[in-house]
Amino acid sequence: MSVSDNVLSARGIEVTYGAKRHLFGPPGLGIKVLHGVDIDIRRGETVGIVGESGSGKTTLGRALLRLVDVTAGSINFDGRDITHLPDTDMRPLRRRMQMIFQDPMASLNPRHTIRRILVEPLLLHRLASDRKEAERQVAAILERVTLSQACLDRNPHELSGGQRQRIGIARAALLKPDFVLADEIVSGLDVSTQAQVLNLLKELSRDLGLSMAFISHDLSVIRAVCDRVYVMRHGRVEEEGDCERIFTAPASAYTRMLLDAIPLPEIDPHWLGRESLMEEVPAA
Amino acid sequence: MAEVTSPAMPRPSSRMAKRVRALLSEPKVIFGGGFILILLILAIFAPYIAPKDPLEQDLMSGTLPPAWIEGSDPGFLLGTDDLGRDVLSRAIFGTRIALTVAFVAAGLAALIGTLLGLLAGWYGSWIDKVISRLVDIWMAFPPVLLSILLVAVFGSGVHSVIAAVVIIDWTRFCRVVRSETQAQARMDYVTAAHTIGFSRARILFSEILPNVTPVLIALVSLEMGIAVIVEAILSFVGLSVSSDTPTWGGMIAEGRQMIYQGWWVLVVPLIALFATVLAFNQLGDGLRRALDPVMRR
Amino acid sequence: MTSPLLSIAGLSAISDRDGGASILRDISLTLERGEVRGLVGESGAGKSTIAKALLGILPRSVRITNGSILFESRDLLTLSARELRDIMGSEISLIPQDPQTALNPGRRIEAQLTDGLRLQRGMSSGDARRRALKLLEEVHIRDPERVLRAYPHELSGGMRQRILIAAAFALEPKLVVADEPTTALDVTVQKQILRLIRGLQEAHGTAVIFVTHDLGVVAQICDSVTLLYAGKVIEDGRTSDVLAHPRHIYTKSLISAGPRYDRPNAGLTPVPQAVFEQLRREIGIPEGGR
Repeated sequence: MSVSDNVLSARGIEVTYGAKRHLFGPPGLGIKVLHGVDIDIRRGETVGIVGESGSGKTTLGRALLRLVDVTAGSINFDGRDITHLPDTDMRPLRRRMQMIFQDPMASLNPRHTIRRILVEPLLLHRLASDRKEAERQVAAILERVTLSQACLDRNPHELSGGQRQRIGIARAALLKPDFVLADEIVSGLDVSTQAQVLNLLKELSRDLGLSMAFISHDLSVIRAVCDRVYVMRHGRVEEEGDCERIFTAPASAYTRMLLDAIPLPEIDPHWLGRESLMEEVPAA
Repeated sequence: MAEVTSPAMPRPSSRMAKRVRALLSEPKVIFGGGFILILLILAIFAPYIAPKDPLEQDLMSGTLPPAWIEGSDPGFLLGTDDLGRDVLSRAIFGTRIALTVAFVAAGLAALIGTLLGLLAGWYGSWIDKVISRLVDIWMAFPPVLLSILLVAVFGSGVHSVIAAVVIIDWTRFCRVVRSETQAQARMDYVTAAHTIGFSRARILFSEILPNVTPVLIALVSLEMGIAVIVEAILSFVGLSVSSDTPTWGGMIAEGRQMIYQGWWVLVVPLIALFATVLAFNQLGDGLRRALDPVMRR
Repeated sequence: MTSPLLSIAGLSAISDRDGGASILRDISLTLERGEVRGLVGESGAGKSTIAKALLGILPRSVRITNGSILFESRDLLTLSARELRDIMGSEISLIPQDPQTALNPGRRIEAQLTDGLRLQRGMSSGDARRRALKLLEEVHIRDPERVLRAYPHELSGGMRQRILIAAAFALEPKLVVADEPTTALDVTVQKQILRLIRGLQEAHGTAVIFVTHDLGVVAQICDSVTLLYAGKVIEDGRTSDVLAHPRHIYTKSLISAGPRYDRPNAGLTPVPQAVFEQLRREIGIPEGGR
């Protein structure tokens, strides 16, 4: 498999937070969140990144998008090394690597209208020749995500959670990116809304030929949308592979423990009592 | 619950019309804003509205009480001071200085403080260090001393009063705006703007500033009230405009001398001061409520 | 024939804030001693409202318009504030949702655990402390001495939830209301907590009302389940029956809408609009209204 099959590729990613630089003397110790992670995302595939809190999955996503500085390692986007690319060079590239956030209430500017939120990026990257053209594209995407045009004049807090999340998806899709990072995008939603959003995501990604990294703590959701999955633990990749294989025959005991901890909506009298050998009783 | 649009949402008319309607339905805006508007009219048209010349002395009509008390002269509705000057006319002319200082001083302080606060809060690193140090050192100066110094240097007059307020109070804006900017910068919508590819400068003014504005509005209206009081204090101690131009502070100073002979000379400007500051505060509060899309239900 | 521990009959409530919109519609359910009943529904279904009504902590904007909540044959809705205070904490207690905010950040754990013991049972601080230590051991906390001396922020989320559970069972209540106690936790921690709650519940014979949106959780620890939509009971019965043979189409759709790690195609069929329309018709909600 050639390197050009990968839309995004990273090797040995390390991220340390809060390393203080003193005026004199060596830099202070920070907290190492990622300990050398390798990840590949091929064109057109949806890759899941799963882990519990503290696994580093969110940080990995942000590092891939150059939202967080890496202290070691390299990131390759479409064959180009973007690890230390300066801001001015990153900005035009950003159109091709978009992100959908967990909390659409926080990720949509509360004091902008939906129209403004969707139109401005188009104008910025000159995907529309003028305002009218931009509004036309925005109208089209709203239809695509089954939202009424009346949304355009509203502010984010006037919409429901599911509607806001669809705006977030629309915003990402509008720029016709190569790669989309979806960071826990269904975590706060009802089961019914969750299914709608996941469906929409799958359809869009197929129609637009998107490559996606889907971060979630919920393995069941990962199974529904992803082709491959990376299981993360304490800042390292614990296991990686096709969803089919990972979910039916996980190699790592940790992955087995994660799967076993999920309660299925079918009565299993042995589930509660089944203790995994790996369970860490909290020592706080 | 699945839905395509939220039910029972009215069709929104133009955003401007919506804003105007919101403003007019907020009682604080009507009362506060209305009062300020009246003051503005009084200030602009003072020569036509005031019944008498504020500087005209008439020793024969000295210390006359307000019209509803025995012994008054209906020509002097709110009485006269010991030099026979009409209290009402002086109070009306006093609005000129008060409002000039309020708008100009608060405006300038806001402008300077906000700009520096935004830069410090957003860009961080050395910009923040420099500006924060500056604010810390600046705030260590005793404000009263600074005012006296300014008047000594620039001479008495409205410009000195304005300079005094601006030079002392810009730091208040800077600190609050810096803190609010930092808080907003942590929000996901700022990260989103970053991922879309907006430049840092654009994010600051286009995304963050609108979310800092509500705090700013509240602060500016507060500052206007403070400016009016500072002016009154400075003219009370004779450091403001020349004694010819009537100011509320000056009237309070004069009224203090003759509080037993003519309490109205002190009370009238006092009430004017109080009402004005109250009006500014109400207006600011009402503006924030009416214009902030997040606060409106 | 012993009467049930808890019997809610015809409970209805409206919200003053939303112009009198119905929040609870004629809710009836029963709970036997030692029974664990799940209260399930999507957001806005009313499950939290029922829990709050049980505990007497409904917000002022919510008004009960009808019905009764009989706890051991006493109607909680008619009791005085004093009588309610005697019951809450000692006979009915709460395991709250968010371990971050449920503990007072300014007080040590010991103080918070022994409050109830000293106030309600009149224990001396020495006795209360010993009891608190035992409680912490019951919830499998190693080194309980250190935890007692600690402040909440020094402990992990899972640890805090265990402490809250210990506090809930401290006075040996007859009924524990668990309000989505595992929603904020990692899935592995959730399993431990669920095991803990079930274990304590079985050991003490406590009845539990378990509020959750997760049908998987219901399946594994609830004996019976009540499914709500828009404040109305849609389905109610023993968990095994409801899950295996759901009677209402909403229940059926909800079960199949959830993603499953053992089925690649689950989680992508939302509840059809037609089902929601049918529900609204059945309940009597006009189009676009509440």
